[in-house]
Amino acid sequence: MENNPGLYGLLAEFENPKALLQAARSVHEAGYTRIDAYSPFPIEGLSDAMGFRRTRMPLLILIGGVTGALCGFGLQYYCAVLSYPINVAGRPLNSWPSWIPVTFEMTILLASLTAVFGLLALCGLPMPYHPLFNVPRFSRATRDGFFLCIESLDPRFERTATRDFLAGLNPREVLEVPQ
Amino acid sequence: MQQHSADTAMPTTVENSAGAPPVIGPGYTFRTVSEKISTITLTGRTPRAWWLGLGISFLLVMVLLYTILYLLFEGVGIWGINVPVAWGFAIINFVWWIGIGHAGTLISAILLLLHQKWRTSINRFAEAMTLFAVACAGLFPLLHMGRPWFFYWLLPYPNTMRIWPQFRSPLVWDVFAVSTYGSVSLLFWYVGLIPDLATLRDRSRNRLVQYIYGFMAMGWRGSAHHWKRYEITYLILAALATPLVVSVHTVVSFDFAVAILPGWHTTIFPPYFVAGAIYSGFAMVLVLAIPLRAFYGLQDFITMRHLQNMAKVTLATGLIVGYGYGLEAFMAWYSGDLYERYAIVNRMFGPYSLYYWLLILCNVITPQTLWFAGVRNNPIRLFGVALVVLVGMWLERYVIVVTSLHRDYLPSSWGNYSPTAWDWSMYLGTIGFFFALLFLFVRFLPMISIAEMQTLLPESKVHGNGSSGENH
Repeated sequence: MENNPGLYGLLAEFENPKALLQAARSVHEAGYTRIDAYSPFPIEGLSDAMGFRRTRMPLLILIGGVTGALCGFGLQYYCAVLSYPINVAGRPLNSWPSWIPVTFEMTILLASLTAVFGLLALCGLPMPYHPLFNVPRFSRATRDGFFLCIESLDPRFERTATRDFLAGLNPREVLEVPQ
Repeated sequence: MQQHSADTAMPTTVENSAGAPPVIGPGYTFRTVSEKISTITLTGRTPRAWWLGLGISFLLVMVLLYTILYLLFEGVGIWGINVPVAWGFAIINFVWWIGIGHAGTLISAILLLLHQKWRTSINRFAEAMTLFAVACAGLFPLLHMGRPWFFYWLLPYPNTMRIWPQFRSPLVWDVFAVSTYGSVSLLFWYVGLIPDLATLRDRSRNRLVQYIYGFMAMGWRGSAHHWKRYEITYLILAALATPLVVSVHTVVSFDFAVAILPGWHTTIFPPYFVAGAIYSGFAMVLVLAIPLRAFYGLQDFITMRHLQNMAKVTLATGLIVGYGYGLEAFMAWYSGDLYERYAIVNRMFGPYSLYYWLLILCNVITPQTLWFAGVRNNPIRLFGVALVVLVGMWLERYVIVVTSLHRDYLPSSWGNYSPTAWDWSMYLGTIGFFFALLFLFVRFLPMISIAEMQTLLPESKVHGNGSSGENH
């Protein structure tokens, strides 16, 4: 990092998803850890090739759903049993079968809200600025470009050695990403 | 003109390749898929027909606004509703619109979970259709309340009257079901849009347009870390939306079935309503997809395979709906209940019998033509059948709401119902509102998911010979 002032990382562009996947595997095997790949659509096995950890999204969504269920049922129990008990044709105050629809809807609502806002939070979005956006060529990453980036924060990162290593992976081009 | 040759050319490729027609036309690359879809949005030239379509829809929106203004000024008495038929058009149209919305969620969520790749090119605008249909649906119960500015009384909140909503009532369930459905549909749609908004941001040359799409894309850059979370989240959202969509029309049917009115109080209602919702929804998707693909030259993306599959779903759900009608009549007879029997006889031969038999013609007899490949393979005939189904499903709700309400147990409380001009202007107004939103949508947002379409290309497959994703 100290010897790379103003450099975010090195960006290599590949011809197609297959080439990107192979390159990602090599980069991971070479021991780089601060790496990321960029593609217009999800590529099967890419995150495994780079040794990414499992995502916590499913657990988060489960917690959201359980919270929704408890809140939904709790709300109805509070309203109909505790706060304003009202006798409707002798039905029990805690008439839980009629509370299932609202409990269900609240489960889905909270789980979905957790899913979307959790996704944004874990991805660090919205992020209006990112060093990669300084590379004009990078705009292809959302159309037909397949990129791999080794960040300068990586302990194994060395400007020339890493550049040569990336160049050996048969990319279309290797670019420097300013900070 | 050009599209006709493409349509007729498609079946020959079917025979040649000995299998179902492909879900994407031949000869596309990542770049051309992306450009073809995003150019519709980014082009500076707006087609004249678009202006015409938006103009007509906009006029109807003005009719809607005028009706609402008069309604707020005068009250719901301007409609044809009265005791005993207090529901009228407001509930008929609410159920009709919300049912139409269901196909969008079905296509985007259920078909995703079932690995039906052909859903890819139609899910985006089907989801948009869901949102706009729910918006139209929501207007009716809100305005039917009479004092819509007190809509928040429906929600549980601590208030000076120290009372709460009655959670044992399906009408309260409906509030939760429809608002959850609207919210989750919006989230699902937006999450699907994010990668495409980034594509538009990166493709546009206009600074302002870049800012707008850039703002909406929230800095998406296609990172593998993000895609990993994105894919799992999208899948789980689909799994959440699947039971949700079934629950919504089930709860809507509870509004009827929990009441003790003859003709409403039956257990067939939930499944029969859900099937009817999907039926009318697929008909609406066909009504939208057939002109859209012709107008924007999207026959390579929305292929004959898509139209055929949608026709088959329409036929299947139509048969379920037909079974529902049959069972309603059977159960009325089999129950031996005097009032149930009278309700169905009155439905078939009473003052509204014309509507009932028209409904049978539209919903049960017309879709039988979909058994024939000659109808399924012809976009124009398919369009006609879909329109008839939409009319039929509207008639179904008319028959259910009006015939049961207008004659209940006591002859002294019988009455008749007929809509007024304001009922019709409100209904036509929401149709205009729906289409105005759709016209704006196809102009300003990608109507087909670019990222998902790219995954249909053989080159996107990194394992095997690359042909796996083509079918199923």
